[in-house]
Amino acid sequence: MYNKGTIIPGLVIFVLLVTSPIWLNGLKAATPPKPELPPGGEKKCVMPKEYMRDNHMKLLDDWRDSVLRDEERVLVTVEGKTYRKGLQMACMQCHSNKEKFCDTCHTYADVNPYCWDCHLTPKEAASKEDTH
Amino acid sequence: MDKQRRNFLKIASVTALAGIGAPALIRLSSTAALASEHAAAANPVAKPAKGAHGEAASTGIRLGMVIDMRKFVDDPKLLDKAINACNLVHNIPQIDNRKSEIKWIWKAPFENVFPEQSQSHSAHNVENFPFAVLCNHCDDPPCVRACPTQATFKVKGNGIIAMDFHRCIGCRFCMAACPYGARSFNWEDPRPYIKKYNPDFPSRMRGVVEKCNFCGERLALGQEPACVEACKGTGALIFGDLNDARSEIRQVLDKEFTIQRNASLGTKPSVFYIV
Ligand code: SF4
Ligand code: SF4
Repeated sequence: MYNKGTIIPGLVIFVLLVTSPIWLNGLKAATPPKPELPPGGEKKCVMPKEYMRDNHMKLLDDWRDSVLRDEERVLVTVEGKTYRKGLQMACMQCHSNKEKFCDTCHTYADVNPYCWDCHLTPKEAASKEDTH
Repeated sequence: MDKQRRNFLKIASVTALAGIGAPALIRLSSTAALASEHAAAANPVAKPAKGAHGEAASTGIRLGMVIDMRKFVDDPKLLDKAINACNLVHNIPQIDNRKSEIKWIWKAPFENVFPEQSQSHSAHNVENFPFAVLCNHCDDPPCVRACPTQATFKVKGNGIIAMDFHRCIGCRFCMAACPYGARSFNWEDPRPYIKKYNPDFPSRMRGVVEKCNFCGERLALGQEPACVEACKGTGALIFGDLNDARSEIRQVLDKEFTIQRNASLGTKPSVFYIV
């Protein structure tokens, strides 16, 4: 092989560079998120926990389409309590702290859903309380 | 070398021609098919025309509104009450700037609301009192046809022209298409301009179009639209199903002479005015 002296050290440096995140972070991985359980003590969600973990975004999309497009604004009942379908109407009624619930995982996974550009977190809504 | 190049050019030009020609061929054959489909589809629904301006009745529930301006003239504060109710319920920002303002139901002078009507020697009421204007929830809405993402659409069950803000890309085609100026665009983040939040409704974000939604979210809960509720007992705003001959709104329409905004456009507005 020609230029062995340059190619092999070059390759080694390249591989080290590419894998550097592993060497730098691998051993001190960020602690997995611990989203806050509903402060109100509710135990049951509209779907099993495992389903929600993987598919809450899909459920929200389905709700959006059925509420807005198909006029199926039916209520969801969980443990005798009824909720209107929707992020603000249902989810946030129990998971009332967006920062301690939604954000924990979203920050960890580095995803930036734009729900809150329009939807009001309970905190935001309370900042300009409506009295009517 | 030369010979090869000549061959290459020949092959390339033939391929290019085929490439350009193929879609045309496909288009030709498919339009023929589509045209026959249209003809077949059009025939069963063809009805005898009712007259030049007669509306072909849509079927199913078609929600509409009668605005009795006489009642608003009687009580000059009433219209503000109705407008405020809507603003509160829908988290509508109050931006004091003609370009950026957001309007769902608002006031406009008669000559702007009915520019096609005679303007000379109008009655005092008409000249001096602002009219209530909102989206007409047209039965044949140009805004829906213009929207490339179906962010604005007609709700099948009740004829409301609704919006899915999630889908709006802010192209403003709908605003250009609406002949009534019923749509507003969020040029800036609306939140700083919202005085009080209704926690049951979202706000909007910059770059999204919005307009009156006939309070679809309230109707679902069995409530009246917010503006109608604010005028309760006065009969100034009458809301109901235009296709139900026994509904209150139809009784009013049968009795009173009403006008629609620029009906000659064929948009079939669902909002009627008693002047
Ligand atoms: S008034 Fe304008 S926005 Fe409303 S349905 Fe008609 S065309 Fe669309
Ligand atoms: S601005 Fe939004 S609602 Fe209007 S046409 Fe474009 S995508 Fe549709």
